[in-house]
Amino acid sequence: MAVIWCFSQVKGAVDDDVAEADIISTVEFNHSGELLATGDKGGRVVIFQQEQENKTQSHSRGEYNVYSTFQSHEPEFDYLKSLEIEEKINKIRWLPQKNAAQFLLSTNDKTIKLWKISERDKRPEGYNLKEEDGRYRDPTTVTTLRVPVFRPMDLMVEASPRRIFANAHTYHINSISINSDYETYLSADDLRINLWHLEITDRSFNIVDIKPANMEELTEVITAAEFHPNSCNTFVYSSSKGTIRLCDMRASALCDRHSKLFEEPEDPSNRSFFSEIISSISDVKFSHSGRYMMTRDYLSVKIWDLNMENRPVETYQVHEYLRSKLCSLYENDCIFDKFECCWNGSDSIVMTGSYNNFFRMFDRNTKRDITLEASRENNKPRTVLKPRKVCASGKRKKDEISVDSLDFNKKILHTAWHPKENIIAVATTNNLYIFQDKMN
Amino acid sequence: MAAALGTGGRGQEAGQEKQAMQHKDPIAPERAEELKLKAKYPNLAQKPGGSDFLMKRLQKGQKYFDSGDYNMAKAKMKNKQLPSAGPDKNLVTGDHIPTPQDLPQRKSSLVTSKLAGARSTSILIGP
Repeated sequence: MAVIWCFSQVKGAVDDDVAEADIISTVEFNHSGELLATGDKGGRVVIFQQEQENKTQSHSRGEYNVYSTFQSHEPEFDYLKSLEIEEKINKIRWLPQKNAAQFLLSTNDKTIKLWKISERDKRPEGYNLKEEDGRYRDPTTVTTLRVPVFRPMDLMVEASPRRIFANAHTYHINSISINSDYETYLSADDLRINLWHLEITDRSFNIVDIKPANMEELTEVITAAEFHPNSCNTFVYSSSKGTIRLCDMRASALCDRHSKLFEEPEDPSNRSFFSEIISSISDVKFSHSGRYMMTRDYLSVKIWDLNMENRPVETYQVHEYLRSKLCSLYENDCIFDKFECCWNGSDSIVMTGSYNNFFRMFDRNTKRDITLEASRENNKPRTVLKPRKVCASGKRKKDEISVDSLDFNKKILHTAWHPKENIIAVATTNNLYIFQDKMN
Repeated sequence: MAAALGTGGRGQEAGQEKQAMQHKDPIAPERAEELKLKAKYPNLAQKPGGSDFLMKRLQKGQKYFDSGDYNMAKAKMKNKQLPSAGPDKNLVTGDHIPTPQDLPQRKSSLVTSKLAGARSTSILIGP
C-alpha cells in the first residue's frame, strides 16, 4: 500500500519575524503517539494531545491540540567561566507510562529535569476553615464540622519538576536516552557520557570519557548517544569523525573501550578540507527492532546492521547537490547544521530534513525516495503534498527548484514519526507541521 | 503498516545517474570547493578537525565580563521584549502586615510559546 501524505495541521505564528525564543529545538512523540512534545530555544515545552477519534470522522485521525505548556529551563550564568548557560531545550525524551501521570525528561546544555504532567479533574470542596475562594473564615463563625467532598471541575493539566539532575556535565549535553530497564538513563556531552538512576539526583556514574589528558590532542567529540531499545546493557555513541561506537556496560564500569566500532572506510585520496566536517554524525537512532541503527551526517543517511562494523548496509543521499556548494555552506556555517533523522513504526521508511523547508523520506524496501515541503501554501484540509525536486545543474524543468534558489535559512532539523500510525511532525524554524497519510 | 512510497522519483535511477557523473570525476566537486575556500582565505588552517577547531566547538556560548555584565544584558533584553507595565495601584503597603491574599499576583515575566497561542492555525479535517 502506497503512502500519500496530506497536510493536517500547522502550529505557531504566521509572521515572518521570528523571535529567537520561538525557534523549535526538539520534537518527540510519546510511546503511544497520543502526546507530542516540542521544546524551543526559550526553554519552553509545549505538549499536544491527539483528540479521541471521532466516529463520524472515520476518514481522519484525531487532531493534536495543546495539552500543557510550561517553562522547563531558564537562562543561567556560570559564574566560574563567565559564560551564559542557554535555556534552549536540546532534547525531550518520554518515559513509558506507568500510571495516570505522564513523565518526560527535558535537558538544556547543563541540566536534565524530570517533569510530571498530571491531570486534575476533581477538586475538594467544603472545607471547614476556608471559603471556596481560599480566604480564611473567621474561626468564631464555624459552628459545625463537615467533611470536604471531591466535585468535578474543568480539566486542569499540571506540570511539575520532580527531579533535577544537575552539575554532572562540564561540556554541553547533546543527548539523553532512557534505558529499556526504565530505571536508568544516559546523558552525553561533547566528551563524556553519564549514567543516572531516575530516582537519584545527587549521583551519576561516568561511563564514557574521551577527554584527552592534553587538550591539544583532542581529535574528536561525542555528537549523539542512545541506549539499545531492548538490551539494557548496550548503548552507542557517534563522533564528529563519522564513527559509531557500541559499548557493553557488562564489560567494564568505564566503557572507554568499545565493543564494536562502526566506520566506513574512506579512500584517502578522496579527502578534502571538508571531508571530516561533512562526515560528522549529527544523529544516531536505533531501529525499533534493535537490529539496525541509522546515522545522519551532513549529506546522507546511513543504515548500519549491528552485526557488520565495516560499512553501512544502506546509504541514502539527502541532498547530494550541496556537495558543489560546500564552500559557501562553510562560510555561512550551514555546514555545521545538525539534522536529525527518524524511523517509522515498522522500520521500513526513514525520514530526515533538509533546506528550503524540504524533508526527505526513503523507503528501504522499494528504494524509492520522496521530497516534500512544509509550507503554508498547502494549508487546505487534506491537501495532498506535492513531491518536490531540486535541479542540481543544467536545464531546470518546470516545477523544479534550482540549488541556487534554495533558502538555507529554512532548515528542517527536527522531525518525528508517530510510533504506530503514519502521522509525522515536522518542525520548521518556528512552526510545527503535522502531516498524515490519506485515508480511504 | 509497511507502506511503499507511491509518489516521488525512483531513487535508484537517479543514484545511478549520479554515480555515472561521479565516476568521471569522483571528488571534483569537493576539491573545487576546497580550492575556492583556500582562495578566499589563504590563512585557513590545514586540518579543520584539529584541536583548535574542536576547542571552539566545546566553548560555545556567549562570554560576559562578569555576572554584573550578564545581568545588565538580560535586563536590557527583557525591557525590549515585554510591554512596559504602569505602577501597580493595588499595591498594599504601609498600614498593616500583608497576608498572601492581599498581595497582587506575581506577574508572569515569561511569554507563552506561540505554538500554544490562540493565533496558531488548526485546520479541522472535515468530511
